[in-house]
Amino acid sequence: MSHATPGVPERVYLDNGGRAPWHPLARQAFEQALADGWADPRRLHAEGRRAARLLDGAREAIAAVLGARSQEVRFTPSHTATLHAAVASAAAARRRAGSAVVVGAVERAAVLHAATLAAGDTGPVPVDRLGRVDVDAMVAAVGAPGVALAALQHANGEVGTVQPVEAVHEAARAAAVPLLVDAGASVGHVAVPDAWDLLAADPADWGGPAGVGVLAVRQRVRTAPVGPEDEDPWAPGGVSVPLAFAAAVALQAVESDRVAQEARRRALVERVRAAVARIPDVEVVGDPDDRLPHVATFSFLYVDGEALVTELDRHGFAVGSGSACTASTLEPSHVLAAMGVLTHGNVRIALDRSTTADEVDRFCAVLPGAVAKVREMLGVGGL
Amino acid sequence: MSDTLVDARGLRCPLPVIRLAAAAKGLPAGTELTVLSTDPAAKLDVPAWCRMRGHEHVGTREHRAAAPEAGDEAWDGWAVTVRLG
Repeated sequence: MSHATPGVPERVYLDNGGRAPWHPLARQAFEQALADGWADPRRLHAEGRRAARLLDGAREAIAAVLGARSQEVRFTPSHTATLHAAVASAAAARRRAGSAVVVGAVERAAVLHAATLAAGDTGPVPVDRLGRVDVDAMVAAVGAPGVALAALQHANGEVGTVQPVEAVHEAARAAAVPLLVDAGASVGHVAVPDAWDLLAADPADWGGPAGVGVLAVRQRVRTAPVGPEDEDPWAPGGVSVPLAFAAAVALQAVESDRVAQEARRRALVERVRAAVARIPDVEVVGDPDDRLPHVATFSFLYVDGEALVTELDRHGFAVGSGSACTASTLEPSHVLAAMGVLTHGNVRIALDRSTTADEVDRFCAVLPGAVAKVREMLGVGGL
Repeated sequence: MSDTLVDARGLRCPLPVIRLAAAAKGLPAGTELTVLSTDPAAKLDVPAWCRMRGHEHVGTREHRAAAPEAGDEAWDGWAVTVRLG
């Protein structure tokens, strides 16, 4: 018999994109690395060397999953820092070839802002209604003269749509333009393609810690440091060994049963998308098939996104939203805007590997009533 | 020229679309309505509403208070015109 307090629903966390709970093995690894790897890995004494060995081990483990060599993997202070530094230093190294940075319209804000800083606002490559970049336009843009760098995400973390990275990488190779692939929403959830020159991955998204980021740079790709001189230009001042080690152990752990978790979560997301589609006046967004297995996004007509997030929170469900009223800027998600889908009444969920079928079913059961209640508050019956 | 003007300036999403939908209720197909909005979401969501409801998005005009021709009509936002289906 349950001893849960009546009237206080158990919390169900469905906002795991970019910040998922730590994998239990990552916690263990972190504890171990605090004991053995607290010292500065750049020092020459025994304690420093022990920390350096843990860091090397972490680099090796991550490289194996990403399909990279150990010496190609760098640690950074965060996923945002990874993207900022990758765009800036890859573009800087190709100054003689040109200054343009070709980006898709639904890249992460960190990529778009870094591209603007490096190259000015050149206008991103548009996406279709499903959020997939116009591959012909991107191929043409990459092949144009004066391009320093191209950036295309592996999959969009807000709507789940997988991008045509293979086709764009082929065009980029033909034009000798390096391609940065932001795999921050996909590593640990689906297989990583090898169609990249620089690859960004996000430990906080796969069940590792926040406060550390990962960038792999193929040996043949040149980068030029852009900040003040430092021993480690990717993580000035040095990386936290315990965080890097925990990130690597988490990645190994999620990779070990990734295929089973992918199938399980894909089935749950299918269930959510089907249940949501039965609610009146909704747009279920993103590609229905070629998508991330754990992300679902939808927008309800005549619904205030902030009110809906709050109503679901009251029922014990934590969800994300790309609606303008949930952002401090009052601007809706640039991803939804670029896709041309409804931006208000938006709900975004990302299932963790710990999310259960029962939690998903309870969410599907509560959602129609929550939507109806918010619509009732706005008095939109009959519209 | 629009048959009906919906002034939703100062209202935040989803209210401009709701005001537009309320004004459109009962009007015959072919009627044109223009909604004025200062909310950046409205210029995206009115065309989406048209698509979901089978109406036509005729066009969107940007208003800039600083523009020299603005005169007394000085406000920052968008005028979005739709034709009912």
